[in-house]
Amino acid sequence: MKPFTLRKPNDIKQALSGKKAGEAYIAGGTNLVDLMKKHIAEPDALLDVTTALSAGIETSSRGIRIGAMVRNSHIASHAAIQSQYPLLAKAILAGASPQIRNMASTAGNLLQRTRCPYFYDITLPCNKRKPGSGCGALEGENRMSAIVGYSEHCVAVHPSDMCVALAALDASVVVSGSGGKSESIPFASFHRLPGTTPEIDNNLPVNALITAVEIPANAFHKHYAYLKVRDRTSYAFALVSVAAALQLSGTKITAARLASGGVAHKPWRWHEAEKFLQGKEATAANFSQAAAIAARSTKPLSHNGYKVTMLQGAIETALHNCLNA
Amino acid sequence: MEKQTYSRRFFLSTSSMAAAAVALIPGNVKAFYKNVKKRFIPAKSVNTLSLTINQKQYTVQADTRTTLLDLLREQLQLTGSKKGCDHGQCGACTVHVNGERVLSCLTLAALVQNQPITTIEGLAEGDQLHPMQQAFIECDGFQCGYCTPGQIMSAVACVKEGHTHSVEEIKEFMSGNLCRCGAYNGIVESIQKVAAR
Repeated sequence: MKPFTLRKPNDIKQALSGKKAGEAYIAGGTNLVDLMKKHIAEPDALLDVTTALSAGIETSSRGIRIGAMVRNSHIASHAAIQSQYPLLAKAILAGASPQIRNMASTAGNLLQRTRCPYFYDITLPCNKRKPGSGCGALEGENRMSAIVGYSEHCVAVHPSDMCVALAALDASVVVSGSGGKSESIPFASFHRLPGTTPEIDNNLPVNALITAVEIPANAFHKHYAYLKVRDRTSYAFALVSVAAALQLSGTKITAARLASGGVAHKPWRWHEAEKFLQGKEATAANFSQAAAIAARSTKPLSHNGYKVTMLQGAIETALHNCLNA
Repeated sequence: MEKQTYSRRFFLSTSSMAAAAVALIPGNVKAFYKNVKKRFIPAKSVNTLSLTINQKQYTVQADTRTTLLDLLREQLQLTGSKKGCDHGQCGACTVHVNGERVLSCLTLAALVQNQPITTIEGLAEGDQLHPMQQAFIECDGFQCGYCTPGQIMSAVACVKEGHTHSVEEIKEFMSGNLCRCGAYNGIVESIQKVAAR
């Protein structure tokens, strides 16, 4: 690790005004400390924001507001989350290990690096770690890589499960800028696709802090499923994951949400498949058709063609599981 | 045997001359070297930390880079917590902070000051083993023992969290702790035994 100095701002205002270029915020540290050990992140100073940021969850008729410092495990075990937003709890519990979920913060989960094995090995080329060095995975070992939304510059996938549920539930990210101004960024436009600048994972403004994540009230708590397919049953990144949620009137689908992890540089929504399901009967044939629509929009790389079949099956199964939830 | 090329006298005279030459380097050259070093090698930042471990108060000087695991093992001689991967993948370093299980290898020591920390050394009451430690012995919950402190800390938390309703649930909530000897069945049995009490 490169030596660094450490400060602890008391509140958001202090945290925002005190940060200089080359410095980083630290909360749970589960991703940052690891990256620092590997010399992938080398901040000059760390600002410990564990007390500056809120660790509270507030519910209202409009929805729920999760403080940036709420630990992932605390979201999953929160009564209101379990009853009104169970998809989120289910997704969180599918990710990482109990120890990491106890450490990781809400904001940190969003801000963890989109990554692949080439990003983590400093002896290999990676445009995300070292812009201009090339993408090793594009023509290399890309079994775990993206099947949609990638560019020739980067084929890495966002590793979060929590974010897949937040994308499906149309959450928004509340951000405080250095001017003290607070703004709300829709979840869909928070994370970025790699394009020509894969070194930038998200649209968080420079020198801004995530202060909370908000989920609007919804009726997706009855029929939902989070399905994660991976190399081992627990504590592994998704090869493909699916967050599915339905609103039903009898057997008719009045609203549908479908999102995936493990397929793109950001949590991916299957809008076309959702649109297809809206107003349709909740039948196996329609579920299968929706899965086919999603799969059609993918473009696998040399070693991850299996992900397309896997995705199609996972969407179908997740939609079926919604009916049994 | 090959003939020696250098005599003892030659070695002594040349090495003492070299030492004298180094001592004669003017102060400004030394200062220049120091400046170069300062420019290219960032100085380490050392602070006084105050930690509460196993209900005992510790005040130590530590580099900001020190993880809780390194502090425990190298500065406080609490070597029960083990370093397996040092990257949060194996769970051998599991300790409790504020009563919850965390990975001490990914925790900067400076960030957990004045928060109650429990390590494997803090579980037993004197000579009386913690029920989970006893259960691991009775159920063969280990072979080589390297992952065991982390397994036990995680197992204690698993029971406290109430994730012990089935073998599958226990396995899911113990997935952050790897055991290369494959003592998993004994570990699950130990947890079931303690949970049933």
